[in-house]
Amino acid sequence: MSYLALQNVSIQFGGLKAVDGVSFAVEKGQIFTIIGPNGAGKTTLFNLISRLYAASSGKIVFKGEDITQVPAQQIAARGIARTFQNIELFDNASTLQNLLVGRHRHSNTRFFEDLFFLPRVRREEVEHRRAAEEVMEFLRLQRYRDSLIGGLPYGVRKVVEVGRALCVGPELLLLDEPSSGLNVDETDRMADWILEINRRLGITILMVEHDMSLVSRVSDRVVALNYGRIMAEGSAQEVQSHPDVVAAYLGA
Amino acid sequence: MSFRIRTGYEDDLRLFKTRESAIAYGLLLAVLLAAPFLIGSYFLSQIVFVLIYTIVGVGLVLLSGYAGQTSIGHAAFLAIGAYTAANAAKYGVPIYVYLPAAALLTGVVGWLVGLPALRLHGIYLAIATFAFALIVEEILARWERVTNGNEGMMIKPATLVGKPLGESGLYYLCVFCTVVVVLLAVNVIRSPTGRAFVALRDSETAARSMGVDAARYKTFAFALSAGMTGLAGVLYAHKLSFISPEMFTLSLSIEFVMIIIIGGVASIRGAALGAIFMIMVDPLLVLLKDGLPGLIGRISGSPLLQDKASVLLSAPGVKSLIFGLIIIFFIIHEPMGLDGRWIKLKTWLTQFPFYRPATFRRQKMYLKSERGR
Amino acid sequence: MLDFVQQTISGVAVGCVYGLIALGFVLIYKATEVVNFAQGELMMLGAFLSYTFIATLGLNYWLGFLACLVCMALLGMLMERLVVRPILGYPQFSIVMATIGLGMVLRSLAGMFWGTDDLRIETPFSKAVYHLGPLVIAADDLSIIVATALLCVILYAFFRFTRMGVAMQAVSQNMLAAYYMGIPVKRMFASIWAISAMVATAAGILLAPITFIHSNLGFLGLKAFPAAVLGGFTSIPGALVGGVIIGVVETLSGFYLPEGFKDIAAYVVLLAVLLVRPQGLLGGAMLKKV
Repeated sequence: MSYLALQNVSIQFGGLKAVDGVSFAVEKGQIFTIIGPNGAGKTTLFNLISRLYAASSGKIVFKGEDITQVPAQQIAARGIARTFQNIELFDNASTLQNLLVGRHRHSNTRFFEDLFFLPRVRREEVEHRRAAEEVMEFLRLQRYRDSLIGGLPYGVRKVVEVGRALCVGPELLLLDEPSSGLNVDETDRMADWILEINRRLGITILMVEHDMSLVSRVSDRVVALNYGRIMAEGSAQEVQSHPDVVAAYLGA
Repeated sequence: MSFRIRTGYEDDLRLFKTRESAIAYGLLLAVLLAAPFLIGSYFLSQIVFVLIYTIVGVGLVLLSGYAGQTSIGHAAFLAIGAYTAANAAKYGVPIYVYLPAAALLTGVVGWLVGLPALRLHGIYLAIATFAFALIVEEILARWERVTNGNEGMMIKPATLVGKPLGESGLYYLCVFCTVVVVLLAVNVIRSPTGRAFVALRDSETAARSMGVDAARYKTFAFALSAGMTGLAGVLYAHKLSFISPEMFTLSLSIEFVMIIIIGGVASIRGAALGAIFMIMVDPLLVLLKDGLPGLIGRISGSPLLQDKASVLLSAPGVKSLIFGLIIIFFIIHEPMGLDGRWIKLKTWLTQFPFYRPATFRRQKMYLKSERGR
Repeated sequence: MLDFVQQTISGVAVGCVYGLIALGFVLIYKATEVVNFAQGELMMLGAFLSYTFIATLGLNYWLGFLACLVCMALLGMLMERLVVRPILGYPQFSIVMATIGLGMVLRSLAGMFWGTDDLRIETPFSKAVYHLGPLVIAADDLSIIVATALLCVILYAFFRFTRMGVAMQAVSQNMLAAYYMGIPVKRMFASIWAISAMVATAAGILLAPITFIHSNLGFLGLKAFPAAVLGGFTSIPGALVGGVIIGVVETLSGFYLPEGFKDIAAYVVLLAVLLVRPQGLLGGAMLKKV
């Protein structure tokens, strides 16, 4: 059985079928990439998996559990973390605080414990900080630890968002256009990190990406989406040379 | 210039970040404790009002500054606390019972008010809270069996183990409550709950994807903030020893919001600074009314102008005019409030002569749509 | 039954005034995402100005009306320039408070300038009544209803058919895109405030004969919030429908329910609507894109 499986998933906004009967399966340990022209429904698909949108029909199964009806705030607890296309960080908080929010699912303290800062809160808090510090070291974010996100360059924010997702301690990481807005060097580094997250931390990655060199460098498997439907699926080369994909990109 | 070097994860969790700040706050507390022996009853009662406003301010800082929820109806929570105290005192319940009980009750009401907040954003929430406050105001005027209607209620003096609390007793109670509330607030801010508030404020979508349960935290923020305000309400009722519905109007709610706008929306210290400012407006206004016309008369040499000025300054709308101007001024020119000013001053002092004003220059903000959030 | 119809008619008249104030909110909110808590105060100023022009200076009613509109349009632009433009893009909370502050300033200034006595103006249709079968309709009430309807048609035509109206719609839908298309966004904002101030003025002058002119008249603006929310806050016809609903509910509850309900009826309706249908009766649901 597959690790993450989408079975005939659709969503409709008014009369528009943004995602139309999409099925694919991600295996554990893969880097799985979704490509497609703008408006193909890639981000919508992400929002469906992280349950920000409710599917009109179809099923999303993660590790054998049907998560189609799970509330969005419980998705992180299932081991799924994500980043956002246009960066959704907490702008008026520091990098460290952003990463610590990523640790939210690991905190077990109740309101009154927090209110009185009981010893258990302190113990857990130290643990959160240790974990966040590890992620910061991994992504070389230490020098931005106490800087407010609002003042950081775009490229750094992009990395912070990956860091926050890693703090969730995910088994499946959803990356929505990790290289958008990055320059060549930054994209290169991002590719290294994606590979390292996958190989060293053993995290399965599902990503949406436009940069084809990045896609072919890291992806184990690629699907191409257009008008909410799957056009092609296979290795990066196969999909890139698929006539429908070429046509969709060239607009022929 | 000074740098703070951290040596362990515990460092950021300390109550006081540096030894200096621990000493400073210790001194402040010592002065507050010694105050009844040092100053007269007028200043003491001014401090009591400052403390009460500080408690409300802290509640609003948590709600608006941290959790990002607007409320322009906090006078209603103050009223609930105050009327609970008035009724409990009437039946001879000791204050150490009804003080926490009133806070709890108001907290529960706040939680209920927070429920619609789950589905409302920004402007809708602001409107809902003021609708709630207006309804409470009307209930206070009509539910005569409990509130004695528009005639108002006298509050029996609080007693502690049989002895009346007295003026300095109430003062110490206020100091105690303020310290407790501030400590609770600091605890919330440095714990996962506080971070969840900030996360919800800055991006609810991302917060939910990180596993933050928006509903739980928003209602908790409301309950906490209301509970603190209810606590302040008990103290307020005892301080004034008479309460009536027209004391808990929309303009009081606005005064409360002014506390945090003037102090700085996301700062506990700001709440205290804002409270001091708000309490000082009245005496300053009196000073202005007494002094300014004379000064104008002397400078211009025309008694006519002096009369005009004194008529103008004693017009009933002057206070509200000044409040309005203060709000606009702070929002446009000092969005970080007095606390922001304080931080700038401190930075200037520690970095002298290398301070650059650009350190605090704000980024240009663009109209960011809040529709459909 | 007769009572009911009679009350409903006066409710509609009051509701039209709420609707007009709500219309002012909606116009500004649609274009700039600023909720103007000082809208009621704009109405109050309009009413006071009409007193000055018509009662004090002895101008003809219609001429005075026109003079008020011009003055208030200028004032609206001034407010936009001085208070609102510097804080565009600030958090909603700051904007709400800034406009509340603005309202406080306007209210106290009006109190200082015109005093705190109740003032009245005479209109060409004061005291006239029409009989429609057994019904009695005051000309003042009728004038409000007719004028509101007229104003609606004018606004509709303006936004639908004039270049400027269409440009304003563009600004309200996407400021940045409108800017790139060469629409002078800042000037549009100023114009929106001018129009909104004029609508408020019209409401104030229409209301003046049936209530007194007083610096607390602006608090009526608070009643217009439920109207705007009911209408979905972004819909122009919605604001008017919401206003009429609030007006009728208020008048009827004042007539049939015990004392006290009249003042809070509007807010009870508001909270109920927010709980059941947060996007308002006529508004559509929107999702944030990520």
